[in-house]
Amino acid sequence: MVETLPLRAALVGNPNCGKTSLFNQLTGSRQKVANYAGVTVERKEGRLTTPAGRAVRLLDLPGAYSLEATSPDEAVTRDVCAGRYRGEAAPELLICVLDATNLRLHLRFGLEVCRLGRPTIIVLNMLDAAEKEGLKIDLPRLAAELGTPVVGVVAIRKNGAADLLALLDNPPVMPPVLREADGGDIHATVRRLLTECVTRPAVASEALEDRLDRWVLHPVWGLVILLALMFVMFQAVFSWAQPPMDAIESGMTAFGELIRSLLPAGLIRSLLVDGILAGAGTVVVFLPQILILFLWILVLEESGYLPRAAFLLDRVMASAGLSGRSFIPLLSSFACAVPGIMATRTIQNPRDRLVTILIAPLMTCSARLPVYALLISAFIPKRLVGGVFNQQGLVLFGLYMVGIGSGLAVAWAMKRREVTTEHPLLMELPAYRLPSLRDLVLGLWQRAVIFLSRVGTIIVTLSVLLWALSSFPAPPAGATGAPIDYSLAGRLGHLMLPLFAPIGFTWQICVALIPGLAAREVAVSALATVYAVGGSETDAASQLTPILSSQWSLATALSLLAWYVYAPQCFATLAVIRRETGGWKVVAQTAGYLFGLAYLASFLTWRIALALGWGPS
Amino acid sequence: MRLDELSAGMNAVIDHIETRTADDIVARRLGELGFVPGEPVKVVAVGPFGGDPMAVKIGFTRFALRRTEAARVILKERA
Repeated sequence: MVETLPLRAALVGNPNCGKTSLFNQLTGSRQKVANYAGVTVERKEGRLTTPAGRAVRLLDLPGAYSLEATSPDEAVTRDVCAGRYRGEAAPELLICVLDATNLRLHLRFGLEVCRLGRPTIIVLNMLDAAEKEGLKIDLPRLAAELGTPVVGVVAIRKNGAADLLALLDNPPVMPPVLREADGGDIHATVRRLLTECVTRPAVASEALEDRLDRWVLHPVWGLVILLALMFVMFQAVFSWAQPPMDAIESGMTAFGELIRSLLPAGLIRSLLVDGILAGAGTVVVFLPQILILFLWILVLEESGYLPRAAFLLDRVMASAGLSGRSFIPLLSSFACAVPGIMATRTIQNPRDRLVTILIAPLMTCSARLPVYALLISAFIPKRLVGGVFNQQGLVLFGLYMVGIGSGLAVAWAMKRREVTTEHPLLMELPAYRLPSLRDLVLGLWQRAVIFLSRVGTIIVTLSVLLWALSSFPAPPAGATGAPIDYSLAGRLGHLMLPLFAPIGFTWQICVALIPGLAAREVAVSALATVYAVGGSETDAASQLTPILSSQWSLATALSLLAWYVYAPQCFATLAVIRRETGGWKVVAQTAGYLFGLAYLASFLTWRIALALGWGPS
Repeated sequence: MRLDELSAGMNAVIDHIETRTADDIVARRLGELGFVPGEPVKVVAVGPFGGDPMAVKIGFTRFALRRTEAARVILKERA
């Protein structure tokens, strides 16, 4: 081997060119996801080895329509391609991915990339789809015109990138030698290349998009389909997830029993069972629900449906002062506000972006799901409404709707103080695509790792801390009350009670609210820890539901649900807002307004529930 | 005639793009997305609320455009 250093290559291309699929195909699980220095645009790098054994470091640059950047994402792509990005070595090879079925749009960007004067490979993706449409693309001719290698790939098919890999054994080292013949007019060049290199069938049959879009974008049926999809999604989160959740729960209980039988009673056993297992166990149980939610979002995204939902809802968003573009970040926020807030970078208008960031935490994130799920299963009877709908699912749906409605109301209130300016939408509605299994699995895998590593670090740490707070100091000899009443946590809870008693919270809830600031789902494990230590039987992880339903009134549960619709946001969200906005002002505003709304909503809920006779008996 | 005046299902050909300000990002981006003189366009669908935004097919790509954005696209008068 002559070379010792890996080749630095970068993937560029229009959004929706299948770049990420190709990246997954080439690098598999050898990916590292991080951020670019100084900004929060996601930086994805992977490694691969060519057939001849040459190592390549591949960077997946954000999708761009043009090197004349109009968003932070596109600015990163522009600067890295030009070798001007600080802390990022200039790529030695640009791999420009074009959708073969959409060369009219993508070839223009390809030409821009070729004009950069760096060694470039042009990759025509989805060559199979192009052939199916009857398109004949003359690759050698195109390569001659562009003066640089052109290969075809099918990113979603196994070994679909073999030609590209073979080419990477001997990558071009010279910049493209473009044949400029159209007076520098890039559109004229595109048109000429299309006539010279691409043959289309005389009569094109009606494309799949035309037939599907007639329904999906229909003013009435489109909305019906959208609502139905959202509704089924939330029902699925509750129903499909049940069997795996039951399995995890019984596994956790069995594991706790095992440790209990192996270790003598004492501090260490209490730490392991009440602190770590009760804490982590109650949260790990929700992994199936979180994965199902992510699976839905991934499928909707990969299939090309999401931008169409944004199209349908643009006017609704506009009435709240936003654009349809805000829909995708907001929908991602249902999984987690952190990627949602990061996804706001695709919104060009700074004000729209700020408002989207501010209301993203109101979209019910998956970390709130454990809290909702626990309270709903403890207080809402499981029965069918109208013969088809699970009542628990309906309540969950309602909670999500309240979050959405509040978000739109807040956006609307903020818009009223602004001078109206134009907020561009200008969004591509990509071709429909069957999501590839590999992309779904990799996406879900990354989510599962993030979730579990949160459980492993933040949640276990906080659970142990809370266990310590609620175990020490130990009650004095001869004390009659529950041990937790004498502990630090108990005192802290009682101290907070005057503030939260008016909204119906117990001191145990107050204790759980503190770690809930770090990560919302910890509130569940915190309750488990508090009640495990407080009760006489310490097997609370599986018994939390009956304990809650016997100790709290329905009014308290509803008030806590209302509280969690609005607040408190987790530290990770606040940290990402600070990074995205570059200051503490927006962080303080967000935290402040959400706390105020939460308190108000809980207060109203508590009062109304009391009036309805749902209070403590 | 402007693109925002075209009704759903109708075809037309682009005459030119109108630039509203000295640095009209929308107009520039329209050009980059392929809205250039001589290209045929078709309105595929209009939004459920007030017919805004509109889904426009240009070549083999569809774009969602608000009416204010579409109004920058001047169409050729039919002969």
